[in-house]
Amino acid sequence: MNDLIKLLDKNGLVFAFLLVSIIMYVSYFIGKKFTNNKIPGAAIAISVGLIIAYFGGEKGVASIPAFSGMAILGGSMLRDFSIVSTAMGASFSEIKKTGLIGLFCLILGTIIAFTVGGTIAYVMGYTDAKSFTTIGAGACTFIVGPVTGAAVGASSAVIAISIAVGVIKSIFVTILTPFIAKKLGIDNPQSAMIFGGLVGSTSGVSAGLAATDQKLVPYGALTATFHTAMGCLLCPSILYFIVHNFLP
Amino acid sequence: MKIYGVGILAACFLIGHIVGDYLGKLFHLTGNLGGVGFAMLILVVGNDYFKKKNLIPTETENGILFWSTMYIPVVVAMSATQNVKAALSGGWVAVLVGIIATIACYLLIPVMSKLSKNTTNTKN
Repeated sequence: MNDLIKLLDKNGLVFAFLLVSIIMYVSYFIGKKFTNNKIPGAAIAISVGLIIAYFGGEKGVASIPAFSGMAILGGSMLRDFSIVSTAMGASFSEIKKTGLIGLFCLILGTIIAFTVGGTIAYVMGYTDAKSFTTIGAGACTFIVGPVTGAAVGASSAVIAISIAVGVIKSIFVTILTPFIAKKLGIDNPQSAMIFGGLVGSTSGVSAGLAATDQKLVPYGALTATFHTAMGCLLCPSILYFIVHNFLP
Repeated sequence: MKIYGVGILAACFLIGHIVGDYLGKLFHLTGNLGGVGFAMLILVVGNDYFKKKNLIPTETENGILFWSTMYIPVVVAMSATQNVKAALSGGWVAVLVGIIATIACYLLIPVMSKLSKNTTNTKN
């Protein structure tokens, strides 16, 4: 047994590939069979990740011997690297078609989510600038939270909260969108792009739009991708800078 | 070759981080200010420019696309290595923030849609 643990620790990253692929397989299976794709497999998989992290320690599951490789795969280097690559899916000339309104939605969506999220966190006792910024960033997407948290030097606990916030947002968007899409006027490419830009959360937006009208998915996903980029750009920089001036 | 794509991605990533670090120093804050966002912007603008000129071979593109499909798995590994026990001691904050912030964004959709229709109408 000890030899096995040693072997897995030594080849940590490879073992992490295996573990994550199993989690992904099971989660997408559950999403498809039991929720009829109403909850995106990605959201389930991330929740499973958070649940197994509970059984670990300060570094989540990576605190348990043999699972240390998860910290490499989920570390900030590979995380940022893969996030940057998602920008390939977005085309600048496409987003230009929604013009200034699209850009305005992206900025407004980020600021609203950040401010509302940060303020609630503040009211509930997270009163320092780093926590306000990180939890507020988590209200953009579950990517912006940890990227911001790592950049401003927030604690792992606060970063975990910011991921949980983003995941809850993603699930909430997925479930709610098909029910209220018509009421909000999301029935054409342009409003789908506005929706994606304001709400963000690529997985939630694309899953929600898929359940509303398949044709609208690429438009919403396009601006939602930019939402993450905009969040990563604004939250740890100018927004943190502003918050930093008001809070300790 | 796929490695060219990975190389381009690495270049964008590093340039973005250098800009972010520089900004951090400029504002006397610890850490990296918006490095990931800058890297994404460089990739989007660069991709747009070179695609128009047809300068990116499919294989090169696949090198970058592979990493974009790895993004959810990496995020899963990231969530699995967080201090969730400590986060749960924070109680309802995650649920409240997630739901209320989302509703706030939803409320703006009709307003912005109307605004966008008005601007296109005036253009026409």
